[in-house]
Amino acid sequence: MAYRGRHINPRKFERGQIKILLILLPLALFMAMPIVFIISHAFKPMEELFAFPPRFFVNNPTLDNFTKLIKFSRSAGIPLTRYLFNSLIVTVLTVAMSLLLTTCAAFAFSKIKFRGRALMLQINQIAIMFVATAVLIPRYMVISRTGLIDTVLAHVLPLVAMPVALFLVKQFVDQVPDSLIEAAHLDGATDLQVYWKIVLPIIRPAVATAMVLVFQQVWTNLETSSYFTNDESMKTLTFYMNTLVNASNGVAGQGVAAAASLIMFIPNLILFIICQNAVMNTMANSGIK
Amino acid sequence: MAEVIKRRGTAGKRERSNLSGYLFTAPYALIFLVFILVPVLLAVILSFTNFNAIEWPEWVGFLNYITILTSDEVFMQYVLPNTVIYAVVVGIGGYILSFLLAWMLCNLTRGVRTVLALIIYSPSLTAGVAMTVLWKVIFSGDQTGLLNSWLMSLGIIDEPIVWLVNTSYLLPIVIIIGLWSSMGIGFLAMIAGIANSDESLYEAGAIDGISNRFQEMIYITIPQMKPQMLFAAVMAVVNAFQNGMISALLTGNPSPGYAAQLIVNHIEDYGFLRYEMGYAATVSVVLLLIVQIFSRAANRLLTEKD
Repeated sequence: MAYRGRHINPRKFERGQIKILLILLPLALFMAMPIVFIISHAFKPMEELFAFPPRFFVNNPTLDNFTKLIKFSRSAGIPLTRYLFNSLIVTVLTVAMSLLLTTCAAFAFSKIKFRGRALMLQINQIAIMFVATAVLIPRYMVISRTGLIDTVLAHVLPLVAMPVALFLVKQFVDQVPDSLIEAAHLDGATDLQVYWKIVLPIIRPAVATAMVLVFQQVWTNLETSSYFTNDESMKTLTFYMNTLVNASNGVAGQGVAAAASLIMFIPNLILFIICQNAVMNTMANSGIK
Repeated sequence: MAEVIKRRGTAGKRERSNLSGYLFTAPYALIFLVFILVPVLLAVILSFTNFNAIEWPEWVGFLNYITILTSDEVFMQYVLPNTVIYAVVVGIGGYILSFLLAWMLCNLTRGVRTVLALIIYSPSLTAGVAMTVLWKVIFSGDQTGLLNSWLMSLGIIDEPIVWLVNTSYLLPIVIIIGLWSSMGIGFLAMIAGIANSDESLYEAGAIDGISNRFQEMIYITIPQMKPQMLFAAVMAVVNAFQNGMISALLTGNPSPGYAAQLIVNHIEDYGFLRYEMGYAATVSVVLLLIVQIFSRAANRLLTEKD
C-alpha cells in the first residue's frame, strides 16, 4: 500500500493509530495514577487508611476526611471560612489586576509605536525565565519597605506581573489585523476605545489562557503567606491546607491531608478544562521568533 | 533642531502615540519594576555583601563568589551535581518526551487526543499544590507503603526499602516526580504547534517520497514548529531550575545527606535557615545566570539550523 501522508489531525480512526495508542495508553495510565490515588485516598474511611496491605482504591467512600478538616480549623482558632475568604479575595484581585494590566501592555506593545518599546519587550522576554524563589529575600525587603506586610496587597502585587502571560497575550494581539485598527482610528476612535471595543473581544482566548496561568500561580502560592504575612488571619487557604498536610504525620491525618490536597487541586483542573480550547488556540501563537 | 521640528511635523500622531504607549504600559511596567526588576537588582547588590537580616549589610566585594567557587563543599559536591542531573533529565529529557508525546497525540483523532492530553497535562497542575501526602504514602518506608507493598507482593524485594531516607533513592524519586509533573504549558505549545502545521505540506511530502511517520516528523513537522519548540525549550529550562519544592516537602531541607539538595533548596537553606542573606543572594544570582545561559544555548541550538 502506498504511503498516503498527512497523519497529523486524522479525522477518523485508522489501523496505524493502534501502535501509538499502545504506547500512549499505558503511559497515560501511569501518569493518572497518582491523581486517581489522591482522589480515592481522600474519600477513604479510617479503617481503610489503616488497612494492611494498603489498598489503592477506596471501598466505602465517605466524606469523613472533609468534615474532619473543617473541625480541625475550628479548634485552631481561625475558622476555615476566613482562610477561604482571604484566598478568594486574593485570587480574584490578582487575576483581575493581572489581566487588565497584561492586556493593556500587550495591546500597546503590539499595536502602538512608541520609543523604548523594543527594549521593554526584550526585558520582558528575558524575565520569562525569572525564578521567583531566587529573589525571595530582596522581594521581602521591597514588600516590608513599602509597608505591605500583612496586607492583602502583599499577596496580590508580587504576582500581578507575569512575563510569560504578557508574552502570550502579545503574540495573540499580533494576529489582530492592523487594517482593522487603522479603520477604527479613521472613524475617530481613541486608543482606549480600540483596546476595549476591538482588541479585547478578539483576544478572548489569550485572555482566558492568561487567566488560567495567573490563577494557577496565585491559587497555590505559598510564599506570600509564609514570608510576607505574619498575621495568621491574613494567610490564605493554601497556607492552611499546607500546614495540615505537613502536620499530618500519622496515618489518621493522611486522609485529611489528601482531602486538603484535593481541594487545592480541583479548582485548577476545572478552570483548565473550561478554558482548554482557548488555551490551545493561544498556544498555537506562542512561538518565539 | 530644524530636523527635530520637521520630524514632529510629519509625525504629529507619533507624538500622541508615544504618550498613549507609555500610558498603556505604565501600570504593568511599574509592578514589573517594583516586584521583579528591583528584587533582581537588590539580589545582585546583596550578593556582594555580608547580611544577616538584622544589621546593615557589610560590603565584602567578591568574597561570596569566591566562597561559592572554592569553599562551599556542599554546593560543589552535592548541590551543583544534583541540579545538573535534575536539569538534564527533567529539562532535556522532559523536553524530548513532551515533543514525542505531543506528536503522538496529534496522530490521534480529536476526542481521544483531548482526553489523553488532559491526563498527561494534569500532573503539572499539581505544581505548588502540596501533594506531599501522596508521595509519602507511595514511598513510605515500611510495608504499609504502596510501592513497597506492591514490590513485595510481586516478589521483587523481600524487605521494605526506606525510600525517603536512603540517599541513593532520593534524587531518582525527586526526578521521577519532577518528570511526572513537567508536561506543562510547553507541552501544550508543542501540541498546538503540531496540530496547526500546514496540512498541504504533508501531502506534498508524501508525493516527494516521504515514506513513514518518522520521516514526516523530522522533515515536515519539526521545521514548521520551530517557534513553539523554542518557547517550550525556554519553559523547560525554567521548570528544570526553579523546582525545589518536591525535595523540600518530601524530605525536609536540607535533605538527608544533601542527596536531593537542589540549588533552590540551597538558597532557602542559607537565606531562611542560616540567615546568611548575602551568601544566599549570591547563589540566587548564580542560579539566574545559569538559567539565562541555558536558555540562550537552547535559543542558539534551535534557531541555528535555519
